[in-house]
Amino acid sequence: MEKFISHTGAGVPLRRSNVDTDQIIPAVYLKRVTRSGFEDGLFAAWRNDPEFVLNKEQYKGGTILVAGVDFGTGSSREHAVWALQNYGFKVVISSRFADIFRGNSLKGGLLTVIFPQEDVELLWSAIESDPSTQITVDLDSRTVAYQEKKISFDLDDYTRWRLMEGLDDIGLTLRHTDLVDGFEEKRSKYKPKTLPVLS
Amino acid sequence: MGGRMGKTLAEKVWQDHVVRSATGEPDLIYIDLHLIHEVTSPQAFDGLRLSGRKVRRPELTLATEDHNVPTLDIDKPIADPVSRLQVETLRKNCAEFGVRIHSLGDIEQGIVHVVGPQLGITQPGMTIVCGDSHTSTHGAFGALAFGIGTSEVEHVLATQTLPLSKPKMMAVNVEGELKPGVTSKDIILAVIAQISTGGGQGYIIEYRGSAIRKLSMEARMTICNMSIEAGARAGLIAPDEITFEYIKGRAHAPKGADWEVALEYWKGLKSDADAKFDKEIFLNADELSPFVTWGTNPGQGVPLNESVPKPESFKDEQERKAAESALTYMDLTGGTQMKSIKIDTVFLGSCTNGRIEDLRSAAAIMKGNRVAGGTRMLVVPGSARVRLQAESEGLDKVFLEAGAEWRSAGCSMCLGMNPDQLKPGERSASTSNRNFEGRQGKGGRTHLVSPLVAAATAIKGTLASPADL
Repeated sequence: MEKFISHTGAGVPLRRSNVDTDQIIPAVYLKRVTRSGFEDGLFAAWRNDPEFVLNKEQYKGGTILVAGVDFGTGSSREHAVWALQNYGFKVVISSRFADIFRGNSLKGGLLTVIFPQEDVELLWSAIESDPSTQITVDLDSRTVAYQEKKISFDLDDYTRWRLMEGLDDIGLTLRHTDLVDGFEEKRSKYKPKTLPVLS
Repeated sequence: MGGRMGKTLAEKVWQDHVVRSATGEPDLIYIDLHLIHEVTSPQAFDGLRLSGRKVRRPELTLATEDHNVPTLDIDKPIADPVSRLQVETLRKNCAEFGVRIHSLGDIEQGIVHVVGPQLGITQPGMTIVCGDSHTSTHGAFGALAFGIGTSEVEHVLATQTLPLSKPKMMAVNVEGELKPGVTSKDIILAVIAQISTGGGQGYIIEYRGSAIRKLSMEARMTICNMSIEAGARAGLIAPDEITFEYIKGRAHAPKGADWEVALEYWKGLKSDADAKFDKEIFLNADELSPFVTWGTNPGQGVPLNESVPKPESFKDEQERKAAESALTYMDLTGGTQMKSIKIDTVFLGSCTNGRIEDLRSAAAIMKGNRVAGGTRMLVVPGSARVRLQAESEGLDKVFLEAGAEWRSAGCSMCLGMNPDQLKPGERSASTSNRNFEGRQGKGGRTHLVSPLVAAATAIKGTLASPADL
């Protein structure tokens, strides 16, 4: 995974709440067996609308999506994270993310930042009045800075460290294989097994 | 802090699966059962191959084909080449890594959350994960079960564990007695309408109370299934005699002396009397009536007897805007009676309501009636076994004679990854779990309902409960 230390880019204001993962990428786009190429499915149902924010010239090239409350609800599809990343987003800011989406994003290196709703509103206004506003998301100091403002956000130390080091969770867990072995030795033998197949 | 604090059911299951705990880090949790399907697993298997890793515990892993599979002509190759490739990729991956798979045409094939319980492989006190958010279904057995993303699928395949931070605990207390015609689907839709789609975010929900204890296992599964629609990754119910009776004798249930050992442990799986919940919700079952959604998220629901709400009735600005955009999408006006809404397609099925009891209760309403002109009804059993069971009881004939379509098992129109989709502008009454924009087909409009309301609606052609017939 690529390290995430700091990112500076322009914002894209998505003034909608409850953007579920079926909106981020509809199910018909989930049939690929690779991790790339999902950008064409991003917000597919809305992309035909010339008024949709991603279609507006002034927001082309934005890398920080600023969304309404309850972003990423619904299905566990990690394709939603891949679609945002494949399109070019590095950060999503919202006042509340659904649990599974947030977990997926932080595993995959898409930084999800939780802001109070009033700060989301201020950021929307700032971007809309000047779409070229540069926003710096700094993981080291856990802050988002734009214009004269600097806003702190919470992220637990462990996740921050993992993102800043670009570490893969599986590699970290495999350091504790002896503990997993030990746990398995003590598991109750009545616990079900899928093999052999019983009927 | 005083003496020893009581623990919730979820905390007990959690504690019994901690492999490693370190300050400032997530707990490493052992996973007892990993269910997989074709959509969220290909990239995970690819990851294993790239890093030269194996599946650590194939005997704790089970695959079925469900999301993409057609529900017609299942003996022929899958017509959509992209769907076919995804299903074939799953078959290849399972063969390469030694994972048990139930493919299209196999008697155990079906929706992953119907198959686990039916095999008896879903048991109390287990940790169960799947790359599907409706994994919470298995919580009905007192298991800690939740959906994961593809990176986590790869993690579980490689290590049989997951690093997780313990969520907060919420109790949803449902006391009293459901009136006839009111089902567990109505309970969960009412819960979601009360706490909203974000209300359970960061929590594990435990459903408790006299109304929950009276429910059958299948009815409990419907409730736990939709925990995710309330924002909670997991929802569970303490196991009891109804649970043990359901599991006993199933193919993978413990046998002989093992059964006694298991039962002893299972009986201790309940929240202590002094357990502390971070949040509690109360619902009176006596006051519930059939519930139906009017909008584009599962929290936008009302009792079927009421009207579509007017956006100006919402005080919160975000909710008002959401209601406005939902009504535009749904082509509805505030104040319209829910029961006057005309339905094009009725979908009976899914991991929420595609089990034998759901089919039985709908068939009992359909018997001797006809699907209304201008309405079509699609009945999709949750698994091949549910289909066979229904056929042995003659339910297929009841549906067919009423003019409904009787299909093979799969996720089908719940998410429309296969050919079972709504056309743009078409309106459905669906026993599934999500009424998101375009969920059942681009431009399709979904009203979530119980199997009883689905059956009555098919007959009337407008949203209806059996009492309206």
